[in-house]
Amino acid sequence: MTPELRRPLPRTWWLRKQSYLFFMIRELTSLAVLAYAILIITAIWTAAGDGSFTTFFDFLKSTTSVITHVGLLILALVHTFTWIALTPKVMVLWQDDEQVEPDVIAGANGVIFLLISGAVLWVVLG
Amino acid sequence: MTSKPDRTAPLLWLLFAAGGTASAMLLPALVFLTGVAVPAGWVSEDRLRSLLGNPLTLLFLVGIVFAFLFHWAHRFRYALVDLGWGGLGRQGWVFYGIALAGTTLAALAALSNLD
Repeated sequence: MTPELRRPLPRTWWLRKQSYLFFMIRELTSLAVLAYAILIITAIWTAAGDGSFTTFFDFLKSTTSVITHVGLLILALVHTFTWIALTPKVMVLWQDDEQVEPDVIAGANGVIFLLISGAVLWVVLG
Repeated sequence: MTSKPDRTAPLLWLLFAAGGTASAMLLPALVFLTGVAVPAGWVSEDRLRSLLGNPLTLLFLVGIVFAFLFHWAHRFRYALVDLGWGGLGRQGWVFYGIALAGTTLAALAALSNLD
């Protein structure tokens, strides 16, 4: 289709319907993923230096950092829930002639998420 | 007009999915660690620092950075297109370039932590 025949789409199209808005929020959870990758890079860099790791560690205890982390946690959980909810659509499994229930696949992924989360917390805090 | 198939697309979607799964499984726990456990005093500075000097932790973290950054690059690139900020084209390499640069940065920092 030539550009002239394409119906113009306003940039705010995703505010028109709740389902569009949820789609855009889901896409923008990737910004939280980016933010945390930057945090990890900073942690590794400062741990290699002499005094800067203390500055980084003190920053983690600051109000700014805690508030930012609350936002990150909300976006991270939205991402986890929506990603797991999609798994039955991506992995369609068959057992003999019967299709495995979508809820079983999503549920299994939810259990794996809880086990991995527990393992990470156990390694660091345990 | 003929156009060649985009042979990079499957690889980029694979990285998007790998990073999406890695972040779905790990991000809430990681955010909890640095956002709640550290401020609450459950993790000491020495503990966190010694973890960051462990080769296994570093390998794991560099892998996470790689997966997370490529997930972001792909998803955010498409989100910007959906928001009307240009079309899909060579600008994609800006995002994948940032992802690659960030991974390199993490790997170099990890190597300097080992000695």
